[in-house]
Amino acid sequence: MFESVNLLTGALAVAHGWIAVGVFGLLRPNSVRFVGRFLFPLGALGGIVLAVIALLAIQGPIESVVLPLGLPDLPLHARLDPLSAFFLFLLGSASAGISIFGAGYFREGEGTAPGLLCLQFHVFLGSMALVLMADDAYGFMVSWETMALSSYFLVTTQHRIPEIRRAGFLYLLLAHLGAISILLCFGVLQGGSWQFTFDAMRQAQLSPAWASVAFGLAVVGFGAKAGLVPLHVWLPEAHPAAPSPVSALMSGVMLKTAIYGVLRVSLDLLHQPLWWWGAAVLALGLFTALYGVVFAAVQTDMKRLLAYSSIENIGIIFAGIGLTLLFHAFDMQALAGLSLAATLYHCLNHAFFKSLLFLATGSVLHATHERSLGKLGGLMHRMPWVAWLALIGTLAIAGLPPLNGFVSEWLLLQSFLFTPEIPQPFANMLVPLGAAALALTAALAAYVMVKFYGVIFLGRMREPQLAQAQDCGWLERLGLLWLAAGCIVLGLVPSFVLRQLGHVDAFLLGAAGEAHADGIWLLAPISSHRASYVPIVFLLGASVVVTLSVWITKGIYHGHIRRSAAWDCGYPLQTPRMQDTAEGFGYPVRHIFEPFFRMQRKLPSPFDTAPRYRVIVEDWTWFGLYLPVARTVLKTANLIGRLQQGRISVYLLYSFLTLVTLLVIVL
Amino acid sequence: MPTDSGVVNLPLSAQLIHLAAAVLLLLSFAMLSQRRLLSLVNLFAGQGAALVGSTVVVAYSTGQHHLYYSAALTLVLKMLVLPYVLHRLIRRLNLQSDTETLVNIPTTMLIGLVVVIFAFGLAQPLSELSSTVTRSTLGIAIAVVMLSFLMMITRHKAISQVIGFLAMENGLFFAATSATYGMPMVVELGIALDVLVGVFIFGIFFFHIRDQFESLDLHLMESLKEE
Repeated sequence: MFESVNLLTGALAVAHGWIAVGVFGLLRPNSVRFVGRFLFPLGALGGIVLAVIALLAIQGPIESVVLPLGLPDLPLHARLDPLSAFFLFLLGSASAGISIFGAGYFREGEGTAPGLLCLQFHVFLGSMALVLMADDAYGFMVSWETMALSSYFLVTTQHRIPEIRRAGFLYLLLAHLGAISILLCFGVLQGGSWQFTFDAMRQAQLSPAWASVAFGLAVVGFGAKAGLVPLHVWLPEAHPAAPSPVSALMSGVMLKTAIYGVLRVSLDLLHQPLWWWGAAVLALGLFTALYGVVFAAVQTDMKRLLAYSSIENIGIIFAGIGLTLLFHAFDMQALAGLSLAATLYHCLNHAFFKSLLFLATGSVLHATHERSLGKLGGLMHRMPWVAWLALIGTLAIAGLPPLNGFVSEWLLLQSFLFTPEIPQPFANMLVPLGAAALALTAALAAYVMVKFYGVIFLGRMREPQLAQAQDCGWLERLGLLWLAAGCIVLGLVPSFVLRQLGHVDAFLLGAAGEAHADGIWLLAPISSHRASYVPIVFLLGASVVVTLSVWITKGIYHGHIRRSAAWDCGYPLQTPRMQDTAEGFGYPVRHIFEPFFRMQRKLPSPFDTAPRYRVIVEDWTWFGLYLPVARTVLKTANLIGRLQQGRISVYLLYSFLTLVTLLVIVL
Repeated sequence: MPTDSGVVNLPLSAQLIHLAAAVLLLLSFAMLSQRRLLSLVNLFAGQGAALVGSTVVVAYSTGQHHLYYSAALTLVLKMLVLPYVLHRLIRRLNLQSDTETLVNIPTTMLIGLVVVIFAFGLAQPLSELSSTVTRSTLGIAIAVVMLSFLMMITRHKAISQVIGFLAMENGLFFAATSATYGMPMVVELGIALDVLVGVFIFGIFFFHIRDQFESLDLHLMESLKEE
């Protein structure tokens, strides 16, 4: 197929073009104009081209090529199949919006020079594309590590601040732990053939025990990148540290490369999953989702809140993967196809709405220099563009129809509801619990988003200097618009999206796995008798209701908008500080889910003249898992350090004893 | 070759080699117990003499002519040049006085005995593989290497460590001649050159160490340890 080989070449050209764009940034490293007005829009164009190529390739046949790159006897293999095409589409379409936003966002004098930032940003994009196209372990690991390193440098853009350096270190540490695990996973997958191409791994025959080891290593390795509990600790540190377009790219796109890795290993490289893999991943995913959303509810830093919300979404996606594996293991391909499609759909949706929200926080940050929710508020009047576009993202992430978040969560819940057909009684009992946990997560996510949006954009300004806030520039608006449009379109044409996802299903699960989608506008996962959803009708209905009520209200009243002081309920003094705060809003969740947190509270006494209320909410895993491990490592290192006495006689004694011991062993 | 009377009947050459080996071992013990650095150098030179003697006997009795060159090299290097260099070094650095050892000397000697027994036990199966007349001295060669090592461990002064290092090389050389009639000439020349260069480098180091710490006592180097 001449045409399809061209698609792969095109995709590779975009990946290398991105890297080239980055290198061009070094031509004039200090010119914000050159980088922002020329290179970043060029990168965005590359994203759109990649998305179009991927859309064409998702139905096309699989094609692969051996690149004339790499070490002697170890060439790089690249491949474009429906699974990588889907993730390339996600990368291209989401990064286009982020790049355009970035064109207007990066300013002079903020850490790294713009040219260098441009290099890191585009190398990051290019390496993600190469990860998705790699067809051997060698190429995969090289691209994977390039991705980790370039994103590390992006996170530590403002490396003069110690906390940011610390966050970067934590990220790098977990990224490397994950990479080691992935490397070992590939080592197991080659199954004694010592061929590290993915083709050889597909043909390797592994015993169930070794396959389980490989699968476990893959979940740990990719889970560290994705943010599965308890490997999630870097996310809430790295996201507030990174510039917003970088957070958007990392949360929206980079986490999905980890999802890609899990799917590639579990459904493509390993042949037949065991049912308990699915059960384990399902449980892990649901726990992660619940953990993430509960922590998101108590955050007071807007970017930390979004980071925890990313953990929650990754949990939902992992739950979907677990369900897919469960169905696949019991050979229920139609249901496996449905849950896989829902999972992939959620990946795509999350890429759009989470990027949109992270970029919106970036605009707020630029306008107010404030990340803490307690000092924001009422920004809707000053920043209408950001506020309205962020509202779309907020509604989407909260899972409200007719936006995209609803579709994927609804599909996932639908696939949960079909589980009574599973022949394994234990799994059968687990799954309804899972459905309940998923529903709880979705509801809490909506709660979190009300808090996020309400505290930042609604109400009255909590600080006087917020009145000086300016709306973002036209490039940033364009980026936000692109992503918001994505949220709406993905919500309105689910059947089209599902038809494309059907190609991925068919590729991974065989022909029986194609998801059902009846008609262009109607969505009915299994059959239209059980459940169906028509987003257009919903949109029309909602618009009619809204229009009617606005019209009626205006007709009944005099029709003018009058601005005056809010009714003070009889209290003579009312300041913006008396509004509901982020802490106050999160209180019920903090109270109900108390065992989840490690809390330190300081209540003021009634006689305090300057009362202060303080509550610090911390992560248990940090104290229960990470610090003990760190202490043990330090202790062991000190113990080993005792070997170093500084006396030559002792060192000579070591050699002498080693010599004697070896001689004794030889004899 | 045991005879009826129980007396081991060996050709004269083999007996001479055994004598040289015994002298070498005795000198090693002497070095282990010697406190004065100058005497240590003299003992080292004596080891060289024993080595030359045994090598010449082996060369004569087996007709391996290249061993004569080895012997000449040993004579020049280990009996003349190196002792001379070390003597000068010790005088220049004013190190003639007695030195304290880390472990007291009787204990060191006892440990040395254990080491010799271990070396002989080690050499037993090895020497059965060899077919040379000198194979039974392999145990002594290994013992000399290990005793020199022991001396390096128990001494304070950097210079005695160098002498220990050189004595260790003597043991290796002896092992080579006794087990296989010596190494190829090229290897031997290379080792000889290495030893010579090594001693010069050590000499330069000594002056630097003394400049830095105002002493050659290795105790002071403990401050280099990471805290």
